[in-house]
Amino acid sequence: MNTNYANKNRLKDLTFWQKIYVPEIIKGLSVTMKNMFKPNFTLQYPEEKFIQPDSYRGRPVLVQEENNIERCVACGLCARVCPALAIEVQANETESEKERYPEKFEINMLRCIFCGFCEEVCPEEAIIMSKDYELVFRVREDAIYSKDKLLVPVKDLQDRINYLREFKG
Amino acid sequence: MNDFVFYTVVTLIKLVAFVSVIFLSVAYLVYFERKIAAWAQNRVGPNRVGPLGLLQPFADVLKLTLKEDIVPDAANKTMHTLAPMISIFVAFSTYAVIPVGPDITVFGRTISLSLAPGINIGVLYVLALTSIGVYAITFAGWSSGSKYSLLGGIRSSAQMISYEISMGFSIAGVIMLASSLQMDEIVKSQHGWMWNAIVQPIGFITFVVSSFAETNRLPFDLPEAEPELVGGYHTEYSSMKFAAFFLAEYANMLIASAMIVTLYLGGWQFPYAETFNISPMLLVGLQIGAFVLKMVAVLFFFIWVRWSLPRFRYDQLMDIGWKVMFPLSLINLLWVAIVTMFMK
Repeated sequence: MNTNYANKNRLKDLTFWQKIYVPEIIKGLSVTMKNMFKPNFTLQYPEEKFIQPDSYRGRPVLVQEENNIERCVACGLCARVCPALAIEVQANETESEKERYPEKFEINMLRCIFCGFCEEVCPEEAIIMSKDYELVFRVREDAIYSKDKLLVPVKDLQDRINYLREFKG
Repeated sequence: MNDFVFYTVVTLIKLVAFVSVIFLSVAYLVYFERKIAAWAQNRVGPNRVGPLGLLQPFADVLKLTLKEDIVPDAANKTMHTLAPMISIFVAFSTYAVIPVGPDITVFGRTISLSLAPGINIGVLYVLALTSIGVYAITFAGWSSGSKYSLLGGIRSSAQMISYEISMGFSIAGVIMLASSLQMDEIVKSQHGWMWNAIVQPIGFITFVVSSFAETNRLPFDLPEAEPELVGGYHTEYSSMKFAAFFLAEYANMLIASAMIVTLYLGGWQFPYAETFNISPMLLVGLQIGAFVLKMVAVLFFFIWVRWSLPRFRYDQLMDIGWKVMFPLSLINLLWVAIVTMFMK
């Protein structure tokens, strides 16, 4: 077995022109110079906003039907599956056809990790990941979103619902 | 009005002009550093404070002045305070010998466009002062009482000492050609296209590389290598003391480019401007403009290199300093000796 590794030509062995640095430096400089004239990728954020694809997972919201009633039947699967324990549901009975409704539905947005498990597990298509990503709170209490913040009319969520119907297993 | 009063007033005016121009250009150097970095990385860079972000440097300075000045418990208080002072003193006093233009005649008296005209040890003065600059960094590193600062300080002193040698030898070539240490004489020796960068290209390259190392700029910024040493020698500094180091770093960059321009790129001379047949005032303006233009080009090169090249490893840095730059500057010295022999 040849153990004379010192004389072996390896990938990291540099040629003469690489060893004198200067041509390689010029190569590197020309790359940055070329990039100076390329258009930049920056979005001027508060003025310009990016267009989210339908697969985008923003904050989870509850779907509100046209008759202003939420779809949710308070089965509690979302709360059960939530890895961050962000969802709290309290069920109650109702006279309407679906028989149960969430008396209290709270998502702690400080805990939410936007994994989308709640959406995936929901049998009623009642909790949906919206495209809303601008979540700012000044007090911790503000981060707990209750039903008044969570309910979103179904017509605003149609893109995501169509996407889910097409791709959700 | 006698000569003494006249020259005192003129020197004071020059002093104020120099210092304010340096402060302003350092502020905007930081701005352009960030802008050019952004361009090289397909970004926009600072653009929020004022039109095109032009007020950004002032916002930065304001922010730094409002910061709390923290001195670590383990620090040597005197040294810790002294270090940024030395740093900024060195950075600003070096400009005294750099001529930005030819002598001009006002009211029948000649005024030289450098702060301390006719200093016959001009180049030595700059070399001596930039060597003092090492103390600032070493003191800062040692007195902070932090291992990262200490490592940064030690690296810096080792680096600056080894690159000072090749720098000195490259300058020796320039001095041999000009047969003078005076800045004005060196500039005048490069009339027309007889720029030292063209006459002694090896010396030019070694000098430029050494000045990158002297100013701790990127391929050689080991003293403050962010990924390894947090902030290097100024890790434990905050508020205006940090600002002093920051300012001094960019002021040093200005000196380095002024030195490159003066020693190698013909200083304030516009090639063959004397033969253009234009009015003396316009000629002086053209020559000062040429100096500024060359400075800007060199500074752009400094920043451009920073955003293109990766950092050297410590042993590579020492290897290049002692085994490559030093012999190359000696070869350059030999070359200059041959050139002078045939020219005279």
